[in-house]
Amino acid sequence: MGTNITVERVLELLETVKDPEIPAISVRELGGVRDVRVSADGGVLVIITPTYTGCPAMDVMAADIKSELLASGITDVNVELTLSPAWTTDWITDEGKRKLKEYGIAPPETTADIRALKGKAPLVECPQCHSTDTVMLSAFGSTACKALWKCNACLEPFDQFKCL
Amino acid sequence: MNRSLFIYTLRRADDLLILSHRLGQWCGHGPILEEDIALTNRALDHLGEARNLLTYAGSIEGKGRTEDDLAYLRMEREFTNAKLFEQPNGDYAHTIVRSFLFDAFHLPLMQEMQNSKDEQLAAIAGKSVKEATYHLRHSSDWLIRFGDGTPESHDRAQKALNDLWTYTGELFETDPIDQELVKSGIAPDVSSIRSHWSKTVDHVLNEATLKRPADGFMATGGRKGLHSEHLGFILAEMQHVTRAYPGAEW
Repeated sequence: MGTNITVERVLELLETVKDPEIPAISVRELGGVRDVRVSADGGVLVIITPTYTGCPAMDVMAADIKSELLASGITDVNVELTLSPAWTTDWITDEGKRKLKEYGIAPPETTADIRALKGKAPLVECPQCHSTDTVMLSAFGSTACKALWKCNACLEPFDQFKCL
Repeated sequence: MNRSLFIYTLRRADDLLILSHRLGQWCGHGPILEEDIALTNRALDHLGEARNLLTYAGSIEGKGRTEDDLAYLRMEREFTNAKLFEQPNGDYAHTIVRSFLFDAFHLPLMQEMQNSKDEQLAAIAGKSVKEATYHLRHSSDWLIRFGDGTPESHDRAQKALNDLWTYTGELFETDPIDQELVKSGIAPDVSSIRSHWSKTVDHVLNEATLKRPADGFMATGGRKGLHSEHLGFILAEMQHVTRAYPGAEW
């Protein structure tokens, strides 16, 4: 197929590459794909940025991107990592945030949230019963990106995607 | 190769790598589940930072050494971490105090390193600073809880602070390598970091009703590869698989 590869086609293929630890959301929706370049001879370069510094899922995501593109018939695939500008949860798409919530993970607030600016705890909505009467149990959760919260209304614990 | 930059980057990486290993040793031994998870999360964050720095150090050196080569195949005398990080975990108060003394130093260091004239160091710091913020919050919260808690927790926190204080001097040591990089705008000036650190320490200790120990004898030598007896055991544990099965992959 060689020269038929377009950036749009690659981006479409990347939709199917999920975060291995949160399979509800794709690498693109996570805001992890910074750039896609297709050279004249059909070589594809995908530039991704790590989410959390210690996230072990990044290596898997890079490998998944490569194998997904190779499987679609693209023969020349490179995945590069860039650190700057540093990833922020603001880059998670609205669709991504909706999917996180559906999956049972409270999405991050935005960094410009007025409460965050004032240094107050964020207002986090329980993904189960939608109450905002919630409390953070620990800033550290089941993965590097999540904090552990509890809902005072339905008493269920839940994960929140930490705002970064 | 810029030898000063290589050594400076390696020192930052080694601090994080060794602290990460120590925190990782709490896995499965945390006093409560949430803290077990918190410490291992922190270990992972520090390991991620160390990986960025080790990879960069390898590329500065230009001899093809990877992050793994630098972490797993250097000898004890080649490690340049400060001695604070190799100190045993002790009780939970010791672990928290050690991390607190580091976090109060690491956050302002990363904040200022974001403006480094070295692009890659600035990029690494730009990522680290976000996590360093909640690391400091975590260790401060616990230190205040211990200090202002029961007489038992207060005494243990104070003892940990007294024991570890002697290792804080090394964080602010400078030698011609640091001075050269400060001059060229690559490394932050530690005297400014020290005043931030001191302010944070006073503020948190005050709230924790703990006493700041007097500056007495300060341990030294880590930056030159002269370590306490603890580092060798850490490296033996950390490196034995790589050394027993050279080049193994899975």
